[in-house]
Amino acid sequence: MAQAAIYVRNLRKCFRKRSGFRKVSELWALDDVSFSVAEGETYGLLGPNGSGKSSLIRILSTLLIADSGEVRMLGYSLPQQQEQVRRIIGRVSVDAAFYKKLSARENLLYTALLYGQKARDAERRAMDILEQLGMENSKFSTPLEEMSRGMQQKISIARALVLNPPLLLLDEPTTGLDPKSRRDVQTFLEKLKEQEGTTILLTTHDMTEAERLCARIGFLAHGKLVAEGTAENLIRRANAQTLDDAFIKLTGEELLDEELVAVED
Amino acid sequence: METTMRQTWAFLFRGYHLTRRYIGWVIVFNFYALVTSATVALIGVAAGNYQLTLTLVVGALLWNYLSRLYEEIAMSIAYERWEGTLEYTFMAPVPRLVHLLGISLFSLINSVVTSLIVLTGLVLMTDLRLGGANLFGVLVLVAVSTLAYIGLGLVAAVFPVMSAERGAEATHIFQGSLLLVSGVYYPIEVLPRWLQPLSAISPATYTLSACRKLFGVGISGSTPERLAGVPLSDVSHELFILALMGAVLLPFGLWVFVKVEAWAKRAGKLKRTG
Repeated sequence: MAQAAIYVRNLRKCFRKRSGFRKVSELWALDDVSFSVAEGETYGLLGPNGSGKSSLIRILSTLLIADSGEVRMLGYSLPQQQEQVRRIIGRVSVDAAFYKKLSARENLLYTALLYGQKARDAERRAMDILEQLGMENSKFSTPLEEMSRGMQQKISIARALVLNPPLLLLDEPTTGLDPKSRRDVQTFLEKLKEQEGTTILLTTHDMTEAERLCARIGFLAHGKLVAEGTAENLIRRANAQTLDDAFIKLTGEELLDEELVAVED
Repeated sequence: METTMRQTWAFLFRGYHLTRRYIGWVIVFNFYALVTSATVALIGVAAGNYQLTLTLVVGALLWNYLSRLYEEIAMSIAYERWEGTLEYTFMAPVPRLVHLLGISLFSLINSVVTSLIVLTGLVLMTDLRLGGANLFGVLVLVAVSTLAYIGLGLVAAVFPVMSAERGAEATHIFQGSLLLVSGVYYPIEVLPRWLQPLSAISPATYTLSACRKLFGVGISGSTPERLAGVPLSDVSHELFILALMGAVLLPFGLWVFVKVEAWAKRAGKLKRTG
């Protein structure tokens, strides 16, 4: 096995919320999570809302500090070496967070400048990525607020990739997309892995997507990584017919969006 | 160095395009700043007292500049929370110093533009003659005050990092308190005695006091036809205090921001909704 691009050991994160004068409620978003992702591998994390997926992605993105545990990204430790980690990661979150009044071009150039890149090079790369994602060049100057959610999500992916990061953190990148856009994104990610060797950590609710894109899959429930392996391996281990069934059997949960809404995630 | 320049430029680039896209609101805000300043200054015109008019004009002009500068910096984090982009800015490999420098530079440009609009409007509406005023001294004073206000803005910018809604509210309460105690439109002596000590810790108090002297307000020899602004050396006490406040507030603002950012990351407060 190649060197771990993402190395997570015994990661714990608890959110404390004051309810009343003295009462403090605790919610364990991540409870002793350990896994690693090899360089060039696509690893899928499956779990319902509130299972801790987004908290995990936020920790890896330097936006959240874990209570305990060890995290290394291409050898850089978090949170100690967050400046170095920020240079090697790209992130796509479930909500396309942009300046909605600005055009796709303006948003992408702003990001490129923020990362110290040359605007012209970034613009060329962004146009190329958007073309591969099935988007017309004419949309480049359209304000984001006039675009559909699918288009906004493609811009979000372009934003992460325009930086050409060796590590890509994708937090439900295809949630809410129409089937055509979803397929465009999935095809693009496959090509990216093949051509650039990008390491991808993908969280998703979509079992088919996980099976198609991920070499290995981890099941996350109530902040715990309850099972991990290839799709076939997980199905076999659960004595199930499909990955969906395997998830339910191994976690005792269903992948319903509405359940388990937590403080974080 | 080149990377730092590009990163600083990123904030100016973003600010310019957001201003362009929100140009309707930008015009409305500037119009409102001009009208509120003019309505205050015209009280002096109605009283037929050029010294009062000048006092109010200086107050309106400087308050527009300083409060705008403070507000733009302090609210920049709140704007990012509302847009939902805060996590992406904090995730970028931009040193916090460069980030806050970029925000401050754009806020400074914005404040200067608004102040020029207000100044032009006030001169046209009040028929004030500024001959004899120490305008160079005013520029030096404003430059020194700017540093203190940027520092104050950075300190206040931590409120929206701590909480999306409550933070923006705290920022405005702080701004309102400065307006109350700094002697913007009246001498601080008219404030209730228990409030007066607060004016000593507001940089605006010293800026306004010194600026009025530089314009010639309350200086014997000033007439409606020719003002008698004092030389810069006569406001050295205020300049020293303002420079000291800038020297303390700027690094303190940056330090507090970094500390609160680290706390927010431990508590999970950087999300859109806070």
